[in-house]
Formats: sequence, structure tokens, C-alpha cells
Amino acid sequence: MASKKFNAIYIKNSFSLAGPVEKRGSIKDYDIVLDDYYYNEKTFEQAEIKMQKVVIDNLLNQSRLVNSEIDLLVGGDLSNQISISSYAASHYSIPFFGVYSACASFVQTLIAGAEYLDNKRKGNVICVTSSHNLNAEKQFRFPIEYGAPKPTTTTFTATGAVSCLLTKEETNIKIESYTIGKVIDMGCTDASHMGAVMAPAAANVIVSHLTELDRDINYYDLILTGDLGCIGSKILVEFLKQAYGIKMKQHMDAGCELYLKSQEETYAGASGPVALPLYLFNKVLKQKKKQKILLVGTGSLHNPFLVNQKLTIPAVAHAISLEVNL
Amino acid sequence: MRKEEYQKLVAEYTPKENKWKNAVVAFLVGGLVGFLGQVVVSVLQNSLGMEVMESYSWLCVILIFVASFCTALGFFDNWVSKCKAGLFLPTTGFAHSVTSAAMDYRKDGFITGLGSSFFKLAGSVILYGILSGFFLSILGVIFYG
Repeated sequence: MASKKFNAIYIKNSFSLAGPVEKRGSIKDYDIVLDDYYYNEKTFEQAEIKMQKVVIDNLLNQSRLVNSEIDLLVGGDLSNQISISSYAASHYSIPFFGVYSACASFVQTLIAGAEYLDNKRKGNVICVTSSHNLNAEKQFRFPIEYGAPKPTTTTFTATGAVSCLLTKEETNIKIESYTIGKVIDMGCTDASHMGAVMAPAAANVIVSHLTELDRDINYYDLILTGDLGCIGSKILVEFLKQAYGIKMKQHMDAGCELYLKSQEETYAGASGPVALPLYLFNKVLKQKKKQKILLVGTGSLHNPFLVNQKLTIPAVAHAISLEVNL
Repeated sequence: MRKEEYQKLVAEYTPKENKWKNAVVAFLVGGLVGFLGQVVVSVLQNSLGMEVMESYSWLCVILIFVASFCTALGFFDNWVSKCKAGLFLPTTGFAHSVTSAAMDYRKDGFITGLGSSFFKLAGSVILYGILSGFFLSILGVIFYG
């Protein structure tokens, strides 16, 4: 059993930065949008480090806090050795905890941050995550300017960075509970079909969450998965029905919703750890329509070497339940 | 649910690639590049009075330059992915692969980045090109003396 309920842990503020393709997507009011992938830096890696710094700095300003008032910085991203988050953290005198579970990293930062705050009387934790389309392309796929034909199941790594502040002070967004998922391998080998790789892990953590906390699927107004994409979402809904007999009607996938259908270059939708928080903070929470939200971060845990060695790809998903006071 | 059943479910929801359409696009684009190449060769031979072998060398250089230049300008990858295998012709495809790798790794150092990753994609073409050339030449010696 890896579920836990919290009494009083809240999300206070958040700050979002989105890239050029996201700017043309379904959300128009990000805090900052980039016009180019370099962000006035020499390389894309350095641009992503700057993106994280900018969202942390702005969050601190917005919350009127200084480094010494933050107990912990939890960060995660897709780069090798999560070096983007670590390099960004080196600019702050805040204890840093780096986490990785691919595109489920954002939910993992929330779980780690909330767990730290639990049983404390007061405290502030910053959670940060980012991804950069071109860094992910370079690391996981082909050189950036190489035009390999891609299948329609491919997802497009979102560019952006999001930071949020967890506190013990009461706000209108409460982190209510979480469930840590198992690593699931259902025999997929295609790294360009990550929706199929991750859907069973998402289903598994949803079922564990509902069982362990003794809830019905209709308890939630919205189940928001991270980056299954439009094809992976359909697979998840069908898999839940066939394998567990659960009909999930109130489902949305951040990856499938982040871009417009007319943006053909994004194929089956967005991926990357930043897709979920971008959609959550800039659409779902701003609309103020959903009260009980289950966030399910989904991560495909492959690396290019093991994919080349023809091993099947394992995936993990973590769930965190939010209660929004409308 | 067993893994095999899940793979069936995935296959049901995975859109099928239209292989015939891809093949036709590749055939037409590849043919068009070949046709343009032939035009260039004819111009070089007839207008500039080049020898046959010399004109083919120049054609090769021109194709490499155009593919690399367009890659550097940033739109050739979209063309290649839209034209499917049509622009993966040995010359343009090879130039595209080395230029794109060079662009990716140029800031990681001339030796540790650019140099070591230049043939990241094209290395297979070189290695297996040389190997197959070697074995075919042995077969050539055996059968034709």
C-alpha cells in the first residue's frame, strides 16, 4: 500500500513558462511565452536551465519570499542525470532534492514536497519541472534538424517550465492524498508509441488509488492524466474497462489537450513532465469548474540504449488528489 | 489482462500507416530529384562542355551542398519527413544526416562533440557500404576474374 492522506498541505502559487509551439496551442495566457528555443542562451540545454531559473525567481517574487524562507526545492526534468534541475538549483541556497520518473516527475515532485511538509507546523517547498522539445529530441531521438519520418502515434515533447509553491497556509487548492504507482511492463517495445507504454501504468495507479482509499471512480470530477496523448488516452479508457471493469467518463489528458488539432507537427499530442502542470495551472485551475481532481503523472522509463537492445519498455504513474475550493 | 491481449488492444487503437501512399510519395519525389539531377548533368555537359564523369562529380557536389544548406536553414527536415523515403537518396540523405548531427553537437566541442558525433547516423552507411563493397568485389573476382 503506497497511498497516504494529508491534513493540511496546500498549493499557494504557481508560475508557468511555455515555448513557441505551446504558445500557438489551446492555452493563450501563460505567464511567460518564448518566441524561440534558445531564450538568449548559447545552447538549448542552457536555455532550459534558464527557463527553470526564471520560473523559480518569478515564483519567489510573486510569493514575496526569499531563498532563506524556502525549506526545500524539489526538481525534475528529462535530461541525463536530471542535470537541468541540478544546474538550476545551484543558483539558490535552498536544499535541493532531485527526482526522476520521466514524464511523471512533476507529480513526484509534489509527492516529495508534500511528504516533507506533512507533520510540520509551517514551511514552504518549491516544486519545479521543465522539458525542452529540442533537448528531448537530441537525447531520446535523432539530431534536431534530422527529418526522420515519424508515425502518427509519436508524441511531441512540450517546451516549458512550471514552478509551484507548497505551504501549510490554507489556500483554495489542497493536496489531499497521493498514491505511488508500480512499474508496469506490458510488453511494448515501440518508443514512438509512449501512450501505449504508459496507459497500463496509469490504469494501475488509478485502481490502486481508488481501492486503497476506498473510493469510487465517480468521486472525482476530473481525472487528468499527464501525457498519454490522444491515442494513449483511448487505450487507457478501454483498458480500464476491459481489465478492471471501470468506466471512466470524466477523463482528460493534458498531452492531448495542450495543442490544437490543426498543429500537425505535434502528432498525437504533448509529452514531457511539463505538459501536465502547464495544462493544470493554466486551464483546469483557472476555469474553476472542477472540485476534486486526480492528477495522474505518467512516465515511460526507457533510455535509448535499452530500447536499442530491444527490451520491452516499463512505465510508471503516480497519482495525487487535489481538492479545489471554488 | 495478459501482455498478448494488451498488445492486441494497442494494435486496435493504433492508426495504420498508409504504406502505399508513402511509397507513391517517395517514388515521385525520388524520381523528381533524379530528373532534376539529370537536367543538371545535361546542362553541365552541353553548356559547359564537361566530360561525363566530371559532370557526375559536380552533380554530387551540388546535391550535397543543396541538402546541407537547406538543412542548415532549418526547413529540410520537414521536407524529408513529409517526402518519406523520397529524399533519403544516398546523396541528399547522407548530407542531411551529417549536417544535422554536426549542427546538434557543434557546441559540445570540436573533438568531443562535432568530431565524435559527425557520423552518428551516417556511420552505418559508411561501415556497411564499405563492407558490402568488399564482399561484392570478392564475388566479382570469383565470377568475372
